[in-house]
Amino acid sequence: MENETVVRIKGLSKTFKELHILKDVNLEIHKAENVVVLGKSGSGKSTLIKCMVGLMEPDDGEICIFGKDMADIDYDELNQFRTRIGFLFQSGALYDSMTVYENLAFPLRHHKKELGKEKLDELIHEVLENVGLPDSGDMMPAELSGGMSKRISLARTLILKPELMLYDEPTTGLDTATAKEISQLILDLQRKYKISSLIITHDISCTKMVADRVVMLKEGTIVANGSYDEMEKNNDEWIKSFFS
Amino acid sequence: MTSVESQIPVWVPFKSTIQGAGDFFLFYVRFVKEVFKHPFEWREFLVQCYKMGNKSLPLVLITAFIMGLVLTLQTRPSLANFGAEALLPGMVSVSVIKEIGPVITAIICAGKIGSRIGAELGSMKVTEQIDAMEVSAINPFRYLVVTRVLAATCVLPVLVIFADTISIYSSYLAYNIHGDMSLTSYFNAALSKLDWIDVVPSLIKSILFGTAIGIIGCFKGFRVEGGTASVGIAANSSVVTASLAIFFIDMITVQITDIL
Repeated sequence: MENETVVRIKGLSKTFKELHILKDVNLEIHKAENVVVLGKSGSGKSTLIKCMVGLMEPDDGEICIFGKDMADIDYDELNQFRTRIGFLFQSGALYDSMTVYENLAFPLRHHKKELGKEKLDELIHEVLENVGLPDSGDMMPAELSGGMSKRISLARTLILKPELMLYDEPTTGLDTATAKEISQLILDLQRKYKISSLIITHDISCTKMVADRVVMLKEGTIVANGSYDEMEKNNDEWIKSFFS
Repeated sequence: MTSVESQIPVWVPFKSTIQGAGDFFLFYVRFVKEVFKHPFEWREFLVQCYKMGNKSLPLVLITAFIMGLVLTLQTRPSLANFGAEALLPGMVSVSVIKEIGPVITAIICAGKIGSRIGAELGSMKVTEQIDAMEVSAINPFRYLVVTRVLAATCVLPVLVIFADTISIYSSYLAYNIHGDMSLTSYFNAALSKLDWIDVVPSLIKSILFGTAIGIIGCFKGFRVEGGTASVGIAANSSVVTASLAIFFIDMITVQITDIL
C-alpha cells in the first residue's frame, strides 16, 4: 500500500428533507488501498459514494479526488474525472437493450474513439477474461445470473482502466460461493492494477477478505476506523454486532 | 369519518401541476441547449429513427388506409345528392393532408412512440442505468433525450407523408366501388385542389407533433421515481399528455394558418 492520498473527504453532510443522512463524515483513501465502509441499511453508505461521483450534491463539506475539489469543477471537468473512477452498482445496472459486448463497447466508443474494431475486440476480450466470463459477449443482460451480471458490470467499469473503484454492495443478493468469487475478484484487481477502492457493504465475509481498512458508519457518522482485526476486537456493542 | 382526499389541501394538486409545468420548461430549455453541443450521437439517432419509423409504419398505414376508405364511403352519398361527386377526390385530399392525416398519425405515434420512450427511459431510471451512464461520463441527456426527440421530430413528417398517400389511394379504391376512374386521374383530381399553403403548414405541424411526442415521453421517463409501478404510470402519462399536446398544437397552428 502506498501513501499517496487519492480521496480526501472532510466534513461531508447530506440531508434529505428533515433526515440527516451523512453528518460530518471525514475519510481518506490512499493509493492501492481497499477501504470498506460497513454499516446497516439506511446508514448513508450509498449516499456517500453517490456524493463522491456527483450523482448527489452534498449540503456541506469537501470531497477531493485526485487532489481536486469536486465542488470547484464544472460538468465537463466532472466527466473527465469520472473516466478515472469506476462505479459498480448494487443492481449491476447493465444496459438491458444491449448485449454484453455492446455494454462493454459503449464506454469505449465514447471515450476511446481512436480505437479500431480489432483493438476494441481485444480490450473487451481481455476484460471478460479478467472477470472469468470470456464467452459471454453475445448474451443479453436478462440471460445472466446475478453473479454473472455483477461480473459483467465490473468488467464494464474496468474497461476504462479506472484508478479508483467504488463498489456499492458488490456481494448483496449473491450466494456465499459467488459472493466469495466477487470478493476475490476485487482483491485481484487491487493487486493487479493497484486500484484504490471504496467498498460499501454489510457483508462481513467480504469485508474480511478485501479490507485493508474498515470504516464503521452509524446513522451517517463514522464511529470507528481501523483494520479488520481492530474492529473485530472493538468492545462497542454496536460494532460487535457485525462481527458476532 | 374523514376521507384521505378531504384532508389534502385543495391547492396541493394545483401546486404540483405548476411545478410539473416548470420542470417541463426547464427540461425543454436543457434539450435546446444540448442539441447544439458536440458530439452528436448519430449512431443512436439513426437507431431511434429506424425503430420509431419501422415499428410505427404498419399501424400508421393500416389506419390511414381505413381512414381514406371510410371518409370516401361516408361522404360520397352526400356529395352525390348535390351532384358534386367530382369534388370527392379534392375534398378527401384536402381533409387528409391538412388535418386528418397529421393528427391521426400523431395520435397513433403518441401511443406507439411516446409510451415506448416513457417506459424505456423510466425503466432505465429505476434500474439505475441512467446513473450508470452518468458515472461513465456519458451525458445521458444527450445520448437518450436529444436523439429520441430529434428522431421523433424527423420520423413523424415521413410517416404523415406515407399516411396521406395511402389514404388517398384507399379513397381511390372506395371511389371505384361505384365509379370508374383511373388511378392517375384520381390523383390528379385530388392534388389539383391542393396548394403549397395546404401542404407546408401540415408538414410543419407534423414536425411539431413529433417534437412534442418525443420531449413529453422523455420528460415523463426521466421523472420516474420509485419502483416499476411508476414506469407504467410514466408510459400512460406520456400517451395522455402527448395526445392532449397534439390537439393544442393543432388548434394553435390552424389559427396561425388562418391568419396567414
